[in-house]
Amino acid sequence: MDTDSDVLLEVKGLRTRFRTDDADVTAVNGANLRLRRGRTLCVVGESGCGKSVTARSILRLIDPPGRIVDGEILLRRDGSDGRPAETIDLAALKPTGRRIREIRGRDIAMIFQEPMASLSLVHRVGNQIGEAIRVHNPMPRRQARQRVLELLDQVEIPNPERTIDAYPFQLSGGMRQRVMIAMALSCSPRLLIADEPTTALDVTTQAQIMDLLVGLQHQQDMALMFITHDMGVVAEMADDVAVMYLGHVVEKGPVDTIFHDPKHPYTRALLDSIPRIGGARRERLSTIRGTVPAPADQPSGCVFRDRCDFVMPGRCDRIVPPPIDLGPERHVRCLLHGGAEPEAEVTTSQEAADAG
Amino acid sequence: MWAFVTRRLLYMIPTLFVISLVSFAIIQLPPGNFINTFVAELRAQGQGVDNAQVRALEERYGLDDPFLVQYGKWISGILLHGDFGQSFQYQRPVSDLIWDRIGLTLVLAVCTTLLSWAIAFPIGVYSAVRQHSVGDYVFTFIGFIGLATPNFMLALIFVWISFRYMGESVGGIVSPEYADAAWNLGKVLDVVSNLWIPVLIIGTAGTATLIRVLRANLLDELRKPYVTTARAKGLPEWRVILKYPVRMALSPFISTIGWILPTLIGGEVMVSIVVSLETTGPLLLDALSSQDMYLAGSFILILATLTVIGTLLSDLLLALWDPRIRHAQTAKG
Repeated sequence: MDTDSDVLLEVKGLRTRFRTDDADVTAVNGANLRLRRGRTLCVVGESGCGKSVTARSILRLIDPPGRIVDGEILLRRDGSDGRPAETIDLAALKPTGRRIREIRGRDIAMIFQEPMASLSLVHRVGNQIGEAIRVHNPMPRRQARQRVLELLDQVEIPNPERTIDAYPFQLSGGMRQRVMIAMALSCSPRLLIADEPTTALDVTTQAQIMDLLVGLQHQQDMALMFITHDMGVVAEMADDVAVMYLGHVVEKGPVDTIFHDPKHPYTRALLDSIPRIGGARRERLSTIRGTVPAPADQPSGCVFRDRCDFVMPGRCDRIVPPPIDLGPERHVRCLLHGGAEPEAEVTTSQEAADAG
Repeated sequence: MWAFVTRRLLYMIPTLFVISLVSFAIIQLPPGNFINTFVAELRAQGQGVDNAQVRALEERYGLDDPFLVQYGKWISGILLHGDFGQSFQYQRPVSDLIWDRIGLTLVLAVCTTLLSWAIAFPIGVYSAVRQHSVGDYVFTFIGFIGLATPNFMLALIFVWISFRYMGESVGGIVSPEYADAAWNLGKVLDVVSNLWIPVLIIGTAGTATLIRVLRANLLDELRKPYVTTARAKGLPEWRVILKYPVRMALSPFISTIGWILPTLIGGEVMVSIVVSLETTGPLLLDALSSQDMYLAGSFILILATLTVIGTLLSDLLLALWDPRIRHAQTAKG
């Protein structure tokens, strides 16, 4: 069992809502996550499940009309760098305020899906990384430049002296993502959030970027929150896994238990849709029936019931499955595994988590 | 970069040649010529004109020569001697008449551009960043009024206000008491005090357009991922916005240098007539209606040349501003 001091960031009952004139969309609906020091949490799910919104909520980077309406995001800072040890609720901070700005890039850094669109095309690489350094550690430009060269070398960019003065449009996709990583690592964050960082890259480059990330994570002993829809990536990188579906964390646990003993029908379906080398030759790759419904029209009861092969009529459409504790750090939200009593509806996820 | 500049300069030569040909052709297009119009006017006033006299005049000005010969004489005079020909109406060399006016037009153009930028930049940024705020709606409302009000109307209103309430007569750039004085501080201040009204009037429509363009562009840019990246670094919000999306949204400002001159000349004619400015507009209009061909042609040629130079300047500035343009051009050249 993990001690409390292992937990770096805890998301409790996070609810992020986008309110527009014609719809009220709850993109994240009561998510609970725990990120532990030096470990990798993979958040998986199809597109539109609220993975990215969860990640952006942590750094308070949700653009209006989206906003956090409920929940806590607790960051535990240890007392390094002459700062006091404290626990900060990020969800309670002002999104443009000074306190969250001190945390962005310094305690928690983030890299994004499209390295082309995520870098400014009209500023030099050195300028963009150097700025990230100097905003938290004021230093002369010269010294920052030296640090940028070290960082570029660290992310294995050949010829840093040349790349530092290049514009992003002169670099390949893989190089741009390395630049993004260098920028994210510039202040040695305790947590790196990677939002599908390899999706826009070709397969060979994907593998290189993932190796790089894993290497740097061990070297710097930082926690990694890795968002992906690729179960293959999860198998390779994760210590812990959280499966998201339509704004809910439907199952979470250590990677081995998720792969060898998946409990939620959605997790099973995701695992079944991975192609296997050496599998039965004629076997068709299974897919998940239907598509993710628009978050605006969430089904009543269990959100997955419309696509579930094990749906129990009369129960799944009436009862919102509570988180069920299956062991240390292992939870599932499915009526097949208990929680059938209607009053379970009111059990908050927090109580369940505390029970575990 | 130098290859790009050189190539752009070389491109200007054929462009200017075609412009000179076209401007000469345009002023020849209306039926008749200055002498016909002149004779018709004299006859209308009841004076007889001798046919031989008319013939002599036509010969003297070469009006019977074929188009290309006339064009050849005109353009070689300009290129070789800086001689733009004679104005029929004023009986003076064209170059005596136009340079002051072109100078004033340029001063007006530069002041108007600077003023439009100074007003449009903060308002455009504010309107985009605080989209749908009360301030945004107020500025949008004022902007549309600015766009919709004809400039000559505004000019009339200004003339009336300044005459009625400030007891100042608006008219001309140089007040009568300084008309023949040498340039000194007093005269400069006098010019500045007279210039702001036309600058404001002519600038309104352009400023309103710029605000709309900047607002729309910035709204597009504000949602781009690179802005989120900048925010995720921990930069203060104003620095995020000014350094990244505003930089991207500003390109249209730079492009305005290219088109401010033609718009100004089209737009200021009526304003200049109303507040009696000695700019190019009224004289050009006058020259066109009396078929004073060398005067009109020279105006059109010089203004077109200035427009081409303005476009070149704005292209070069854009290349400096946006490395993507610079590198694309360098790769080609």
